[in-house]
Amino acid sequence: MNSPVVASEILGHFGPYGGRFVPEALIAALDELDAAHLAAQHDPEFQHTLNELHRTYTGRPSIITEAKRFAEHAGGARIFLKREDLNHTGSHKINNVLGQALLTKRMGKKRIIAETGAGQHGVASATAAALMGLECVVYMGEEDTKRQSLNVARMKLLGAEVIPVTTGSKTLKDAINEAMRDWVTNVETTHYLLGTVAGPHPFPSMVRDFHRIIGVESRAQMLEMIGRLPDAVLACVGGGSNAIGIFHPFIDDVDVQLIGLEAGGRGVETGLHAATITGGTPGVLHGTRSYVLQDANGQTIESHSISAGLDYPGVGPEHAYLHDIGRATYRAITDDQAMNAFALMCKTEGIIPAIETAHALAGAIQVGNEMGKEAVLLINLSGRGDKDVQTAADYFGIPL
Amino acid sequence: MATALDQLFVRLRSENRAALIGYMPAGFPTKELCIAAIQAMVDGGVDAIEIGYPYSDPVMDGPVIQAAAEQSLSQGTSAGDVFDILEATVKMGVPAVVMTYWNPIERFGVEKFALEITKRGGSGVITPDLTIEESADWNNFTSAHDVNRIYVVAPSTGDLRLPQVTKQCSGFVYAASLMGVTGTRTSVSGNARSLVERIRTTTDLPVSVGLGVSTKEQAHEVAQYADGVIVGSAFIRQIQEAPTSEEGIANVRALATSLAEGVRR
Repeated sequence: MNSPVVASEILGHFGPYGGRFVPEALIAALDELDAAHLAAQHDPEFQHTLNELHRTYTGRPSIITEAKRFAEHAGGARIFLKREDLNHTGSHKINNVLGQALLTKRMGKKRIIAETGAGQHGVASATAAALMGLECVVYMGEEDTKRQSLNVARMKLLGAEVIPVTTGSKTLKDAINEAMRDWVTNVETTHYLLGTVAGPHPFPSMVRDFHRIIGVESRAQMLEMIGRLPDAVLACVGGGSNAIGIFHPFIDDVDVQLIGLEAGGRGVETGLHAATITGGTPGVLHGTRSYVLQDANGQTIESHSISAGLDYPGVGPEHAYLHDIGRATYRAITDDQAMNAFALMCKTEGIIPAIETAHALAGAIQVGNEMGKEAVLLINLSGRGDKDVQTAADYFGIPL
Repeated sequence: MATALDQLFVRLRSENRAALIGYMPAGFPTKELCIAAIQAMVDGGVDAIEIGYPYSDPVMDGPVIQAAAEQSLSQGTSAGDVFDILEATVKMGVPAVVMTYWNPIERFGVEKFALEITKRGGSGVITPDLTIEESADWNNFTSAHDVNRIYVVAPSTGDLRLPQVTKQCSGFVYAASLMGVTGTRTSVSGNARSLVERIRTTTDLPVSVGLGVSTKEQAHEVAQYADGVIVGSAFIRQIQEAPTSEEGIANVRALATSLAEGVRR
């Protein structure tokens, strides 16, 4: 039987969401990309190349760690961490980047451009470009280049050009605007290596397909480790790529709750947040229809989060759909809740998570306490926190 | 029913010249000065006006229009202001259309937006990021309320797709002269002429060329093969670069006068 979700995915739509809202100039390139992706999905040689890269370069399959001491603070539920932080470059982002870089070569293009917020996707893109001999330009909001200067240096070491974006709010959304302008201009030679499950079709489906490996692996790993599926799967949601990657293979397992944790910033009620599903309304941003933080005139509202990687006023259209049909639920985690969970993970498990990921960990504390100690929770530990040491030190008042 | 824009193209065809279409973002540099700038464009000989709905994420626009939109939005320009400026423009006696990214229309209400255009005397709407795949509601409501819907086609629009897009258009077809964002260019891309020729094999509608036109010479060149010449960033720059708003408005009028000579063959 077809999954209701998959069956609805027609022409890049997820119910009323998704689609393409882009200048006509990009349609040919999106069609070309869609065709290349579909062909690659059914090409054993492409799949073999990607799988071998993941095995010998990314470090897949990533392991699962049971977090027993952390679980004591989460109502005693059993908590399992899918360790995407152990991937090469330190987050799940590499899964998508290697896939799209291979597609870039397949399409005969020599240049990739990417946007980045926290810098993780930029670093992953620069890495893939170095590995495959592609030219790489990364657009990054000027604010973010300051917040994440270490990642700017990493990208430059890897041979990428980093262009600070000084328009608008000078963050991720403006970096995407600038990348799209570059793409409209250079589309014949350039692939836009979009880093999340947003943007025009085929990006939401394609990026999801490259991240599904997270869920496919962890589903099998859970069955092997404890002989059953988890009661809930949790992941942080900015654009939503790590979340859809781990959620998607569980969608037909109707007894498994799927819970996305958005960035509540200073609290959704303050207006200073990035919780797009929790606090936004349906609209169009960056080429796709989904939930958007917007005002009465349809202008995008700036988002706020301590985590640069979640600081985005949109969200992937498939998440919007999963929310509307009730298959997944989304809650907001404040900066303070995330940072408490961050500290707890450091001290109870010896794992420094990305602040993005800390939102999922804070969600696990809530959900664990609600579901009790019989519950089994699977958390996507989407990234490591090395890049966040400065922010965390500032937050906790640790002198550097 | 023919809109004022439809009637303009019929008239200019008999005069054997192209239309000069000028773009100005609503509320730039202020609401009052925006109306003054549009009046200066009309006084200088601009035949039709595109009023830009300033948007927070203008991915089709280069730095000039981005800066103008930001300046307008910083003063709180709303949908109501856009429609007020549309109405003021129509009262100057020229056809006027709104150019907007899609989200403001969806937020305002798709049918409501089409109705408001008619109510304020506007002729149509240019939607640069609405693809034909997403346009069913818009097509229905614009047809029902006699609003010209103007889609943009690009040099990369393939031969199969081109007639599918132009079939949805009314008023005119907007031909983007090059692959890129708005802004002045030193020369108009050679792609423009061949794109216009390709469009003409698919439709009898007038074809207007935009992106990169800023001088009388460029306007004259484009007017040889297109029915309309669209100028945006060059007008905005007159205001951005002038030391006072009075001088900026005067420069807008002078540019309009010069371009208007250019479109006469």
